[in-house]
Amino acid sequence: MSDQLYREVILDHYKNPRGHGVIEDADAEAEGFNPLCGDEVSIYVSFADDDETIEDVKFSGRGCAISQAATSMLVDMAKGRKATELAEMPKDELLEEIGIPLSPIRLKCALLGLGVLKIALHRAKGTPLPQEWAGLDELEFK
Amino acid sequence: MAVTARPKLDAQKLRADFPIFNELIHGKPLSFLDSAASSQKPRQVLDAMQRFYETSYANVHRGVYELAERATAGYEGARETVGRFLNAPSAREIVFTRNATEAINIVAYAWGMNNLGPGDVVLVTELEHHSNFVPWQYVAHRAGADFRMLPLDDEGGLRLDALDELAGTGRVKVVAAGMVSNSLGSVNPVEKLAAWAHDRGAIMVCDAAQGAPHRVVDVQALGADFVAVTAHKLCGPSGIGALWGRMELLQEMEPFNLGGHMISRVTFEDTSWGEVPAKFEAGTQAIAEAVGFGAAVDYITEIGLDAIEQHEHELAAYGLERLAELPWVKTYGPPADRRAGIISFNVDGIHPHDVAQILDGEGVAIRAGHHCCQPLMAKLGVAATNRASFYLYTVTDEIDRLVDGLHKVRKILS
Ligand SMILES: Cc1ncc(COP(=O)(O)O)c(C=O)c1O
Repeated sequence: MSDQLYREVILDHYKNPRGHGVIEDADAEAEGFNPLCGDEVSIYVSFADDDETIEDVKFSGRGCAISQAATSMLVDMAKGRKATELAEMPKDELLEEIGIPLSPIRLKCALLGLGVLKIALHRAKGTPLPQEWAGLDELEFK
Repeated sequence: MAVTARPKLDAQKLRADFPIFNELIHGKPLSFLDSAASSQKPRQVLDAMQRFYETSYANVHRGVYELAERATAGYEGARETVGRFLNAPSAREIVFTRNATEAINIVAYAWGMNNLGPGDVVLVTELEHHSNFVPWQYVAHRAGADFRMLPLDDEGGLRLDALDELAGTGRVKVVAAGMVSNSLGSVNPVEKLAAWAHDRGAIMVCDAAQGAPHRVVDVQALGADFVAVTAHKLCGPSGIGALWGRMELLQEMEPFNLGGHMISRVTFEDTSWGEVPAKFEAGTQAIAEAVGFGAAVDYITEIGLDAIEQHEHELAAYGLERLAELPWVKTYGPPADRRAGIISFNVDGIHPHDVAQILDGEGVAIRAGHHCCQPLMAKLGVAATNRASFYLYTVTDEIDRLVDGLHKVRKILS
């Protein structure tokens, strides 16, 4: 079970996170916290000149391998995409990429980064956060 | 090891009483190191509850038929058992509650709201479980009283030397402290705190949720005014606990929950309260759970609380010794001679959730998180820890499997 959970690609993202860091003067940013385990993630996004295409994404924070690897994978997936499209990205798209069965507790770890990214984008675009995030109410977003 | 005159228990033999140990977890035998969160249940307790439902169940009190009398005898018999277990002067001082948390809430609200006000001080410790922290913080704020925390020394012991200064010129009204810390395993000097509290004219509230399963709790020797316990940590069912309180305090207090059974007389205009403990037991109680609570107390009393304490003490010493072999593991809390069977630790650079998850794959169950002690975690400067905790059925082989599992954690994640 744990061998499956910590499969190679997860470990790779965990040990070599993509886009670790901070973007000063980011066009969109938000932070989130999982009080259950103390995981913290902040995400910073900069847009291209069209104010829509995601040029760069970085994240900082600390937490378990699943939350950190999932956020790193998300960073990979986000670059070059349109902000409005990404703000609507279904959870399943990220979960498929992660590709491992997750218990309800670990699901919250895996989705922390996505929640933070969505908040950052919706906030930057002035659009409301989709209802489906209501199920993750144990996470706190700022 | 030195020969001691103290009674020993045979954990390997006791395991046969616990059906859970027949389970395989991910194909492996269970190494259950999370008894501080909740203990497993012996057949004796499960059978007692089953038998009660099959032969003696009805609602308690008020019934005039045979079954109601049997049920009442079962429920009140459990009260007697719990009263003896805590050495309460009278079983009528035992109020059944849902758990230790509810027991503390009763005191915080029903005593606190009538006795606390501006200029008063409520004192808790930095070690407290949220259940002996949040109710006091809340009620103190509501009542306009000051809420203060007794700090810890570097080994997780209470800084009793800081008491006087902390109190300052405030009127200390409540001192609330746990008997055993569920995070660090430290055993607190409740008697000394109680003596200090009484010198100041304060009441002493002791959270014995983590004490009663593991050592003798004698409410008279402690000198406390209120003591909270919970059945599920001492081999009993979930959904029931108890508050012991000094009779004169219980009598003075307003009720907490209102409704059926807790009344003496109800008219359109007014209601008068029933006698203690009925005054605090509104509505249908957890009847079969009370019977299970009693059976659990009988079970651990027969094994002997001194033997249980000694056994866990040896396990704590063994666990600390084994973990000390791993330079990349940091343990928290006092040395073995001042600690109950609880070890909190962290693995360098690896989040507790990952540690616990990989151990789970090995059939080893530990807890990872803040253990409902966020103020303490902040003090330790960590977001979370791993915690292995032991009970009367824990064997050293389970600790060895923990250590083997930690090697695997390192192999996978470092
Ligand atoms: C020290 C301590 N106090 C109180 C509690 C609360 O017990 P319960 O959840 O049964 O109310 C616990 C258990 O988690 C505990 O360890």
